[in-house]
Amino acid sequence: VRERVLADLSKLPLHGMRSASVTWWGTMAFMLIEGTGFALVIAVYLYLMSLAATWPIDAPAPDLLPGTVVTVILTASVVPNYLVSRWAEQQNLSKVKAGMIVMSVLAIVPLVVRAFEFPALKISWDSNAYGSVVWTLLGLHTTHLITDLVETLVLTALMFTPKGNNLRRFGDVQDNVMYWNFVVGAWLPIYVCIYWIPRL
Amino acid sequence: MAIRAGRAWRIGNEPETTAASVPFDTQVHDTYFVVAHFHYVLIGGAVFPLLGAVYYWLPKITGRMMSERLGQWAFWLIFVGFNLTFFPMHILGLQGMPRRIYTYQPDMPWHSLNLLVSASAVVLAAGFLLFFFEAIRSARSGLPAGPNPWDAPTLEWATSSPPPSYNFARIPIVNGLNPLWEQPDVLSVGSGLRVDRRELVVTSVHTADPQAREASPRNSIWPFWAAIATTVMLIWSIFSPWAVVWGSIPVAIALIGWFWPKRTPEDES
Repeated sequence: VRERVLADLSKLPLHGMRSASVTWWGTMAFMLIEGTGFALVIAVYLYLMSLAATWPIDAPAPDLLPGTVVTVILTASVVPNYLVSRWAEQQNLSKVKAGMIVMSVLAIVPLVVRAFEFPALKISWDSNAYGSVVWTLLGLHTTHLITDLVETLVLTALMFTPKGNNLRRFGDVQDNVMYWNFVVGAWLPIYVCIYWIPRL
Repeated sequence: MAIRAGRAWRIGNEPETTAASVPFDTQVHDTYFVVAHFHYVLIGGAVFPLLGAVYYWLPKITGRMMSERLGQWAFWLIFVGFNLTFFPMHILGLQGMPRRIYTYQPDMPWHSLNLLVSASAVVLAAGFLLFFFEAIRSARSGLPAGPNPWDAPTLEWATSSPPPSYNFARIPIVNGLNPLWEQPDVLSVGSGLRVDRRELVVTSVHTADPQAREASPRNSIWPFWAAIATTVMLIWSIFSPWAVVWGSIPVAIALIGWFWPKRTPEDES
């Protein structure tokens, strides 16, 4: 078949941002999968609660303090997180570097407090169905905190190398911001489940 | 072939609704009627279309045509063999023959139909034998197919048979579902992608406007290490929960190595 050239693609940028980037779609799809996982475990929590005669089963309600501290830190972290996204949009390397360090710290601190949340549940994961489901909820979310921390640390290190000043990296930073928002957003219903539903 | 298959599938599906009726289901449950029914559904619904797809696309894969005459033979042997094998099973089932038996008492009244079924299965097998023979023969010594032996409308028929490993030297641009019918003599393409790095076009979702020339990854060993590390972690986790903790470290290393930018033109932006 004879070919007719209809479009000259050589003027297109070498990398797109947001929905013009393949990684953005990958991050979205990953959030969809993980979000489904969170929703399923919450459904399991509510299902077990509907079967149990008392809730929590053979345990007091969890201590509010560590979980609430984590919730406050996570919610507050959304503000610098948003700024990092804006700086990445402007391709402002020095501000992005500083912002990524702040975000690394804001990923480490809640993880440290998270360590106190597990004993605050006041039940072991293998005591009964209630213990299993709260440990699963908290463990699943902790896995996401760790994953995002590792991602943020690697990306922060990368921004300090010569490879950092690259539109592709700024897109990675934005995807990292989006994913952190997801980790924070997913925490809120889990926080309500673990700490407030037993107090209803 | 695929169109003819549709009919067999429809015939087979009808008992699905009837089997949902409880009195009928009680009657035919675990009988040869069920065997007949699901073979009509499976062979009519999946096997016949598969055979049709092989006849349609094998020339694209091998570059050579399968024989029309032997194809007719294979179709009628399979079609007749299939119906004569499985249709009598409905009747056997209604006569009370249970499924999942390899033999039965000689005084049962199922003998002659079972003989017919066995003989027809030979016809069915002969049809498949002919089909497989023909698939192999045509790949070696069939007539050359050319790029589009069927005057088909979709893009795979715009490239040579068999296609080169890169499919198209330039990316085709289409404006509808049937690009080769809409513009029979000429293939619209986009040019300007670089040849020193692997590139693909990213377009907008709805209107498909080109937005960027996204790099496509080079060959890399890292996905392989990631797969090995994940496999080790998951299999290990059958034996110890700590595998999830320690096993995730090699996974993280492999993923970081995979992600870490290399000094290649693909990393340019």
